[in-house]
Amino acid sequence: MGTIQNKLEGPVTDELTLVQAAKKGDDSAFEELVRRYDRNVFRIAQHITQNREDAEDVVQEAFLKAYSNLAKFQEQSKFYTWLVRIAVNEALMKLRRKKPERTVSLDEDIKTEDDSLPREIADWSPNPEQQYTQAELREILSKTIQGLPPGFRTVFVLRDVEGLSTEETAAALELSVPAVKSRLLRARLQLRERLGRFFQKRGSGNGDGKGGDDHSGDGDQ
Amino acid sequence: MKCSEFLHELTNYLDGVLDQTTKVELENHLSWCHNCYVVCDTTKKTIEIYRDSQLYELPDDLRTRLRAAIMAKCQQHKKRGPEPT
Repeated sequence: MGTIQNKLEGPVTDELTLVQAAKKGDDSAFEELVRRYDRNVFRIAQHITQNREDAEDVVQEAFLKAYSNLAKFQEQSKFYTWLVRIAVNEALMKLRRKKPERTVSLDEDIKTEDDSLPREIADWSPNPEQQYTQAELREILSKTIQGLPPGFRTVFVLRDVEGLSTEETAAALELSVPAVKSRLLRARLQLRERLGRFFQKRGSGNGDGKGGDDHSGDGDQ
Repeated sequence: MKCSEFLHELTNYLDGVLDQTTKVELENHLSWCHNCYVVCDTTKKTIEIYRDSQLYELPDDLRTRLRAAIMAKCQQHKKRGPEPT
């Protein structure tokens, strides 16, 4: 079984050149940085806020903040990682304003060790995503990820959708590497379990936990 | 390797950062434990489906509009000069 390849958009070779030019007041260099990362920032923002208008606001606020604080950017990390950190903070602030009754934090307590252990073991169809239209699939994926706590889905999005390394994700979220790994495992397992409802092999039944290898049930979700 | 140990190493395995010895042990476990094989395979598919989903793509017209708004705000900021910190 192969490993997961990371997806990185666009060349990163002259990012520093652009940043240095932008620092000297070259706005076209900054605009190029916007062009390079706006899609990523929008995706991250919408994953966190789960709202398109909020995501649009976050994109604007994050780039404006980056622009106005560019002189403070130390160039020891990648500009993109720094930008992501700004965007994540903006997005979490939006969430907090909307849901003041709920704590929205990246430092949510991790409950018990067992809360995301697999319960459903039934196998999926060979190409499960092809059972649905693109629109249906997006709806399923969007609803499914909405069910995760913000701290989990943020880590999943940065690591698995945007392809940041574990270290970059930790730096962007100001979390430790073990904390990122722990959240990532939980996020992946919870998403897997929730998607199973849609992607399970027909007739493979509901798995009954790690103890059994009996897939003869007749679940038909 | 036990099932719980497999689960503990799953993320490192999928990310390709396991040392050779642990990787061999894990793959040996997967060769006979069907449940763990399914968990591993479907977790990998979960990641791939999300990564390839093009969920929340920024439409071109909105993208142009946002970029114009960002650059306009940057210009305003520049005219006002740096904020006192």
